[in-house]
Amino acid sequence: MKMKLSENKLLHRMMGAAAGVALGLMTQAVQAADTIKVGVLHSLSGTMAISETTLKDTVLMLVDQQNAKGGLLGKKLEAVVVDPASNWPLFAEKARELLEKEKVDVVFGCWTSVSRKSVLPVFEELNGLLFYPVQYEGEESSKNVFYTGAAPNQQAIPAVDYLMNDLGVKRWVLAGTDYVYPRTTNKILEAYLKSKGVAEKDIMINYTPFGHSDWQNIVSDINKFGSAGKKTAVVSTINGDANVPFYKELGNQEISAEDIPVVAFSVGEEELSGIDTAPLVGHLAAWNYFMSVDDPANDAFIEGWHKFIKDENRVTNDPMEAHVIGFDMWVKAVGKAGTTDVDAVEQAMIGMTAPNMTGGMAVMNKNHHLSKPVLIGEIQEDGQFEVVWETDGLVAGDAWSDFLPASKDVIADWTAPIKCGNYNTKTKSCSGQNYE
Amino acid sequence: MFLPRLVKRSFGQSWCLQGVRWLLALLLFGVTAVAFAADFDAAVQSLNGENFTVKEASIGDVVDTGHERSSTVLESMLNGLLYYRKSDGRMVIVAPVEQGYQVQDAASGEDLGVLGKRKVRKIAINNALRTSLRNALARLSLSSTERDVRYAAVQEMLGTMNKDSRALLEDRLAMETDERVRDLLGTALALYKLDSQDRDVRLQAVQDLDGSIIPQVRNRLVGLLASENDAEINRVLKQVLGSIDARLQLYSLAETAFFGLSLGSVLLLAAIGLAITFGVMGVINMAHGELIMLGAYTTYLVQSALPGHVELSLLVAVPAAFMVSGAFGIAIERGVIRFLYGRPLETLLATFGISLILQQLVRSTISAQNVTVSNPNWMSGSLHINEAFSLTYNRIYILIFSLVVFFALLAILKKTSLGLQVRAVSQNRPMAKAMGIRSEWVDAMTFGLGSGIAGIAGVALSQLTNVGPNMGQSYIIDSFMVVVFGGVGNLWGTMVGAMSLGVANKILEPWSGAVLAKILVLVFIILFIQKRPRGLFPQQGRAAEH
Repeated sequence: MKMKLSENKLLHRMMGAAAGVALGLMTQAVQAADTIKVGVLHSLSGTMAISETTLKDTVLMLVDQQNAKGGLLGKKLEAVVVDPASNWPLFAEKARELLEKEKVDVVFGCWTSVSRKSVLPVFEELNGLLFYPVQYEGEESSKNVFYTGAAPNQQAIPAVDYLMNDLGVKRWVLAGTDYVYPRTTNKILEAYLKSKGVAEKDIMINYTPFGHSDWQNIVSDINKFGSAGKKTAVVSTINGDANVPFYKELGNQEISAEDIPVVAFSVGEEELSGIDTAPLVGHLAAWNYFMSVDDPANDAFIEGWHKFIKDENRVTNDPMEAHVIGFDMWVKAVGKAGTTDVDAVEQAMIGMTAPNMTGGMAVMNKNHHLSKPVLIGEIQEDGQFEVVWETDGLVAGDAWSDFLPASKDVIADWTAPIKCGNYNTKTKSCSGQNYE
Repeated sequence: MFLPRLVKRSFGQSWCLQGVRWLLALLLFGVTAVAFAADFDAAVQSLNGENFTVKEASIGDVVDTGHERSSTVLESMLNGLLYYRKSDGRMVIVAPVEQGYQVQDAASGEDLGVLGKRKVRKIAINNALRTSLRNALARLSLSSTERDVRYAAVQEMLGTMNKDSRALLEDRLAMETDERVRDLLGTALALYKLDSQDRDVRLQAVQDLDGSIIPQVRNRLVGLLASENDAEINRVLKQVLGSIDARLQLYSLAETAFFGLSLGSVLLLAAIGLAITFGVMGVINMAHGELIMLGAYTTYLVQSALPGHVELSLLVAVPAAFMVSGAFGIAIERGVIRFLYGRPLETLLATFGISLILQQLVRSTISAQNVTVSNPNWMSGSLHINEAFSLTYNRIYILIFSLVVFFALLAILKKTSLGLQVRAVSQNRPMAKAMGIRSEWVDAMTFGLGSGIAGIAGVALSQLTNVGPNMGQSYIIDSFMVVVFGGVGNLWGTMVGAMSLGVANKILEPWSGAVLAKILVLVFIILFIQKRPRGLFPQQGRAAEH
């Protein structure tokens, strides 16, 4: 009897333990289902790590802040970070890993256009959702991608307008790094300038390889081109660290911003934070966001960033703002749809608004591009920008440029009944192919 | 005029009268001085206009007052030192000190003590304002005692000649003594006369401008050629433009040659270490670029350790970089390469692996981002030979530096016992050993020497380009190209190879673009190697046979 009792007890205990383990396992399972997974697809090593690491930190900060506010749909957000290592094919593999294995609900990622092109088929095949935060060349609109960076008409065209109308520039140097973004942007700009009556001989186009460091004769050529009596400006799509020796050479050859201003589309606060800005003072950059803009939303953003990164000297920049806006919109869209289902969120995103860090509200358009203000700033000694011009209102991102013959009749509209990323308004058909 | 006559008439009376006059004048002067100061004060305060147009108008106002402090105020504004005090909005000129800013009142120059950084705010300026500030300052500095300041002032005014500036310049020409400034003044006035209605004046002006290579002159003449109707003037114009263009062509050639040589000097610096390790020892060292990178990072570290002493830090960095890269080189040789002599493919792979390790080492210990290495002031700017031809200082110094390194290395190889042993081992190892040379020790030292030179190249390159973990990658291919082209095992070949590749690149670049120029040079070298596999200056003698 006694024996039996103790046996019973033992059994009980064992069962209890088993139940406990099972319960533990179950709660874990429930917890896993109870988080919403946010994928982060930014390079943390290799050449692009310089720029992309900051964006990874931004998403982590946004996830933290959202969790502090109580999560989303009653669940906690969980960031899943992978490292595609600045390796374009690896981007596609990591995207597949995020979508298939980790089953993330949304991905924030990519910097270069080539990495975006690499992951695009994966997102379309697996019906994922990507937020792409960097200014790019346009000529694309996918159902599975939201483009929160600037299209050419939100950066390049307004900058050229400013130079033409406010500074009276008559001759143009289009200088860029030799890859897809500068080449497409310059194609658009060339067509745009010609439509404004600029003669062929007043446009000089120059491409250099990535990381180009010997700018002597290019700068000297620009100087000669610019001393022909007409006001000249350089529109620079030079990317990455090649900018540093370029501006240095301008300084050494004593070409100041007053003589020949350079307006850059890839130089922001982050790029300036590592270099001596004295020779750059007065040169221009066009973005949708500058850290120096005096706005309560911006102050709160910068404060939050400094608190998160624990370094008062870190700067904020335009692609970071694009992630902030994109994240904000996604959170609201998920709330509105009541689910993280991609198709529901995608439809809820259209027409969604979120505050810009520079004042006003950004709007997500039918073509998956944002309406945002465009700012032009002059570089100051402290590596910040002084805003010298801004558009009156919001500029709607144009997925397909109106200045390229092949794409001028093409629009993107992801609402019913068109639901197409490249809809030809002339032939009234969705061609399903990319235009160049 | 009135006074002397009075004096003559009656001394006593005039004495009294004069006294009254002086008193009056003094009083009047006092009043005008006060009003004058008030005007100036108002003009200075209005420099803080709400937008750039208002500010621009205020700059004119400040100049018009003719106040002695106006150039000080405008210069501070141009240099970004003009602030306003937040408490009462007064304009102040600041000088950064430790606790904040040493502040003085802009209008009066009165010292207002030290204020915290948050108590004042900078007056923002843009490019248009910078231009008008420079122009305004040029007008003010036309009567400067410094010759170069006057020259720059006239230069500034060349582009914007009008009636006012003409009168100003004519006055200056009347009292100017310096030949160079006089010439430029003449050019400026001739430029103004090109607009004259009088045919003869125009013709004379065109003739006066003959041979001037100032860009503004050529532009104006080209513009005039399009609009001029007079046949005689047109004939002279074409002649003058022809001679100007011929001179410009000449300078443009000289410029290309300089650009080529300076690119060549960079190639020489990058390749010269490799000429030792690959050329003399025959080791294919893919980590050579990373040894350059280590040298550049050494410069950065030395500079961080000696803040504020840019020149000194560079001076220290040269031997330091030599030691650091040299030590890494010896470690690589002793640790890896010596086990792989005679197996070039394995050496290549192993050193490539080392290069990746070194890159990651820098990434994880220092930063994945590029670091800033500052230049001494004397390295920025350029040396003006004339209006059409100037040489940038940094390139001149790098060119000289590369030659110094080259000849130093040459001397080491030719004149020291280490050099003798290096040559002996590389030419005939068994024989050298038989003569009692410790060939293993020589190998290590030679590799260390080549690596150390790469480190020195890193110091120089840190002054020209970005310092980052990947910087070595961009030099490794070029370095091998130079050494192979110049002839393996021959230092002079490396020198000639580097310079000719640099010049070839710069001649090709203008008409083919930078990308294609590199490709063309590479294709050329491949073809050249087909024809002369041993490069420009092949090693001769029995040693070269194997």
